Amino acid sequence: MDAAGVALFYAFGALALVSALAMVLQRNPTYSAFALVLVMCSLSVIFGLLGSPFIAALQIIVYAGAVMVLFLFVLMLLNVQREVPARAAGGRLRLVAAALVTALVAEVGSVFWRAGLGPAAAGYEASTAKMAALLFSYRYLYAFEATSVLILAALVGAVVLARRSAQ
Amino acid sequence: MTGAPIVQHALLLSLLLFAIGALGVFLRRNIITVFMCIELMLNAVNLSFVAFSRQLGSLDGQVLVFFVMTVAAAEAAVGLAIIIALHRNKDTLDVDAFRSLKW
Amino acid sequence: MNEPLPLTPLQQAIVSTLQVLLIFAANLGLFTAITYVERRLLAFMQFRLGPNRTGPFGLLQPVADGIKLFFKEELMPESATRWLFFLAPALSVASAFLALAVVPYGAPVVLPRWGLLPAWLQGRSFPLQIADLDVGLLYIFAITALGVYGIVMAGWASNNKYTLLGGLRSSAQMFSYELALGLSWVGVIMLAGSFRIQDIVASQQGFSWGLPNWNVFRQFPAFVIYLIAATAECARIPFDLPEGEAELVAGFHTEYSSMKFAMFQMGEYINLITVSALASNLFFGGWLSPIAFVPASFFWFLFKVLAFLFFFIWLRGTLPRFRYDQLMQFGWKLLVPAAAIWILATAGFLAFGPAARVAVLD
Repeated sequence: MDAAGVALFYAFGALALVSALAMVLQRNPTYSAFALVLVMCSLSVIFGLLGSPFIAALQIIVYAGAVMVLFLFVLMLLNVQREVPARAAGGRLRLVAAALVTALVAEVGSVFWRAGLGPAAAGYEASTAKMAALLFSYRYLYAFEATSVLILAALVGAVVLARRSAQ
Repeated sequence: MTGAPIVQHALLLSLLLFAIGALGVFLRRNIITVFMCIELMLNAVNLSFVAFSRQLGSLDGQVLVFFVMTVAAAEAAVGLAIIIALHRNKDTLDVDAFRSLKW
Repeated sequence: MNEPLPLTPLQQAIVSTLQVLLIFAANLGLFTAITYVERRLLAFMQFRLGPNRTGPFGLLQPVADGIKLFFKEELMPESATRWLFFLAPALSVASAFLALAVVPYGAPVVLPRWGLLPAWLQGRSFPLQIADLDVGLLYIFAITALGVYGIVMAGWASNNKYTLLGGLRSSAQMFSYELALGLSWVGVIMLAGSFRIQDIVASQQGFSWGLPNWNVFRQFPAFVIYLIAATAECARIPFDLPEGEAELVAGFHTEYSSMKFAMFQMGEYINLITVSALASNLFFGGWLSPIAFVPASFFWFLFKVLAFLFFFIWLRGTLPRFRYDQLMQFGWKLLVPAAAIWILATAGFLAFGPAARVAVLD
């Protein structure tokens, strides 16, 4: 990857990290949602830089463009206020959370750091036609069709669950 | 490809995002924020799939990302519907308010 | 003919900058012209004259409008969220302009070998497109999806229950019809076998049975669905209830004044131009000529885009607006199933019809 690509990767990686931290630390859930949108858009750019334009476009279309809009709708319709930090997370919970997450980062981080990955495979071409061929191949066709049924089930389920029961 | 270990750094980024999401799930009080942190963890996993797909030169990682995205979208829809129903019941979105099944 | 040498990064940057400037300037020029033409045409359709005082035939009206908007007082509600309030119109305009980046405006122009051009530019083909993405149509779909955020943010940041409702309704309308919009493209993509817009235009070359091979003839239902969905996407009449002047005050941009309001308007018109350019590229053969043996040129493209813009203005002058529940029902219960059925029909035709191209599943 050329120098411009590398620079973009680090820039958007930093943006993703900062937005993720902003999302977790914000008190108002609506601002957290906007921060998460920013995370998803920067991840989409990183996907594009890692050679997957199809997944980059899908990330924006599905996640940033549909799922997050759904989140924002629910937040705005339920008129969610700032999170009251009353009891907040108890001290013990914070300690346990910090310990567990640190353990996770340390373990997995050491594996990734010393992974000794060679150079990335050459001749990597992630064209949409190849993705489509793979998706409709014998390996993934069943999963593809099952996913469409799953989405239909989720659609019906969401409508039924959110409906007022007195109808 | 030039020397910059992009794939390795992408994996580390994915780990950090996952950790931040996990911290959020532990520490936040609002259900919707917890749900959003779960989505962040899913995104982090997507990133590591794409990074590995790049490393191994195989498109299977990207196909899995496709499926993860679709399932996450379905899950978000149903989860938010459940949250709306919960809010209608208790008029609050605090995680600790829903403890009637706790023993 | 010797192959031109590949461009150095600096030269590539210069060419890209030139493309961006050219396309940006052309679209801004068209935008100002459209604001004037729309008012005049609407006036003629409504049996009145429209602006004809400022300059000859009122041609300086856009200039006057610009000056007026520039000097109007900038109001902001006191309890509004400042940074979101400022960000919303910027996001709207940004997404409108981002979509322009992948629309081709003509076949690549071969630069002549003048002495005035630098040596590395002479004889090179200059694409009339900023970025020729392999996933061009997916990119446009993604940017349209992001355009919803400007509206949601504007509605919410104004801290006003009417704008919030207007913003939510407007964005619900947008992403409902976005679905039908995307589905209407699938038939076209299947015929061309690619998401790249240049490929789609190229797949419409040639003539059969005396008519050009355009997708409007081969995919007419998809074209109708596209036109309806595009009208709803741009929130034009008959789908402009969310910003309806008589209901809901002015919808999501009630609290906006002066330059920020102008930015919303600009975003809307640029969206309209992009949608017209896409319609002519995807369904009407882009810059290809409808008459045999007449060469393809940019002017055919311009003519088609202007024809579509006239059509949208004509719609505005003719139809009353939809009620919101009628709008949503129409989008979800009629348009999306119709588009899905048409995709099924196209796929069936491609798989089992005369020109069957069945891929062998491995």
